[in-house]
Amino acid sequence: MRGLRKYRAYRKFSRDKMAVVALGVIVVYVLVAALVRLGFFEAVGASHERPIVADKQAVAYYTPGSTQSWQHWLGTDRQGRSILVRALYSINVAISVGMVTALVAVLVGTLLGATAGYFGGRIDDLVVWLYSTIESIPYLLLLMVLSYSAGLYFGKGIITIYVAFCATFWTGVCRVIRGEAIRLRDAEFVQAAKALGIPAPLIVLRHIIPNTSHLAFVYFSLEFIGAIKSEVILSFLNLGVQKEASWGIMIEQARAELAVDFYWQIGAATAFMFLLVLAFNIFTDALQDALDPKSV
Amino acid sequence: MGAYVIRRLLQGVPILIGVTLITFTLLNVFGGDPVVARLGKSSTLEDQAALRAEYGLDKPLWQQYFRYLQEISTFDFGRSFVTRESVRDILASGAGPSLSITMPALLLTTLISITLGMISAFNRGKAIDRAIVVLAVMGMSVSFLVYIVAGQYFVAFKTGWFQIYGYESGLVERWQYLYLPILIQVIVGVGYDVRFYRAVMVDESTKLYIVTAYAKGLPRWKVMFKHMLKNALIPIITRVMIAVPFLVTGSLLIESFFGIPGLGHRMLAAIDEQDYPVIKAFTFVISSLFIAGNIVTDLLYAAADPRVRLR
Repeated sequence: MRGLRKYRAYRKFSRDKMAVVALGVIVVYVLVAALVRLGFFEAVGASHERPIVADKQAVAYYTPGSTQSWQHWLGTDRQGRSILVRALYSINVAISVGMVTALVAVLVGTLLGATAGYFGGRIDDLVVWLYSTIESIPYLLLLMVLSYSAGLYFGKGIITIYVAFCATFWTGVCRVIRGEAIRLRDAEFVQAAKALGIPAPLIVLRHIIPNTSHLAFVYFSLEFIGAIKSEVILSFLNLGVQKEASWGIMIEQARAELAVDFYWQIGAATAFMFLLVLAFNIFTDALQDALDPKSV
Repeated sequence: MGAYVIRRLLQGVPILIGVTLITFTLLNVFGGDPVVARLGKSSTLEDQAALRAEYGLDKPLWQQYFRYLQEISTFDFGRSFVTRESVRDILASGAGPSLSITMPALLLTTLISITLGMISAFNRGKAIDRAIVVLAVMGMSVSFLVYIVAGQYFVAFKTGWFQIYGYESGLVERWQYLYLPILIQVIVGVGYDVRFYRAVMVDESTKLYIVTAYAKGLPRWKVMFKHMLKNALIPIITRVMIAVPFLVTGSLLIESFFGIPGLGHRMLAAIDEQDYPVIKAFTFVISSLFIAGNIVTDLLYAAADPRVRLR
């Protein structure tokens, strides 16, 4: 039964050409992130920190098309760093933050949600109280306060972002999975498992959670987008990453450059981020369509 | 209904206590020492001790927490670390500018989104539907920051149509500063909302009462506005009411980058300056509004749909 549902979802998804293209784009981004991690760009002499402009006294921007900069496809910033390389390095931070946040959020949200929904009672009250409390604080405000406090302990950087995001992003998944678990609790196959004397934790793990996996997939994708967008905003506000390259930092720097009509940095950061988020949005839609067609 | 409201309000109390616990833990327990940050590292120990005593930071944590609860329950949130203003005054003076942006923005966003969502749903699969959906997805995929930075530079600075930065408190004068922030807010909001309302309307349009309405020969506009809109009211109310508590607080990013002295701006500054009393009071007020908003939403459900019973 479950196998059939999976197969149908797969068929529906793979017929959606846009969705397959979007998935391809996401895969390319993940590969670039992996290359950055493995030091491929450093190895070919492209560091996001090191100025590549040979002419040391040149502090001006190089725009593509000018003779000195034929090797920097998207020009350089004020410090002479290649904008293309910085935009590529930013992918690493974006994908890392998205991956870690989405994984932890879905894992924690599913476990807590399924447990709360299945057992009810005190555990349920506690979990509902926890996510209601977190959700009643505006998320950007909570993220900012969290990254400020976490930053004092872990230093401003990607670890702080992980801590802040993982602490907040699980609530949406948890709410939805809990609702589904309450619905499944009375289903016949769960009642049958109960009658067979299977211990409750096993029922949650083997029967409840696998039957909520369609929601987990959709939410993984949604949290991924949310984390990428939030990382850019926090880095822009100087509460996010510092040493690494981030589209948020690029946009922040680009504000001053606009005054001298230099658009390449903001353009590159916007375009790189736009393509990834767009691909993820299309992918999520298709996923939702294939797995959970009833949802609004 | 009175009993229902009272019970819901009581249910909100543990959540509010949770909110105070979170902010208190994050700031008073794990946050840095605001006193040294305020007075500077070269300040004398006596000065530091005096300021610490004034804000009760020399007491044990549990006493600090009870002082915080006491402040909240009397709606006297103490004074700002930075400006020494009473936090209540900050809240009162910031709400106006924030509301001037968020209220028109929410109204416009909702009207435009519902209209586009209906157009899309009624032409499902046709070119206009696809265009609306594609534009909405693309709009959602651009970072909020880019709208602000690009809007400020290309639209306000280059064309000179709008003020770039600033605010005047006069009821008429303020608008010249608000057009662009409102416009940006609406563009961002419509991207998200159109798809939601389209899905609601598509869902509604497959129901049998719509078929009946067409079968008895009603014109399309009548089906759209009289039958469908009324039945789609519940999701619309939910969507709008989620945004209402946050109207007062405005947008952190928009306000600070357009220099509008609303609560969002004050909040961002407070985080920057470690102004703990402001951060704590602010979080508490928004969360209270959020909980109140949830209760009002449920009351509106019952008003909009006779099938809904308040339990």
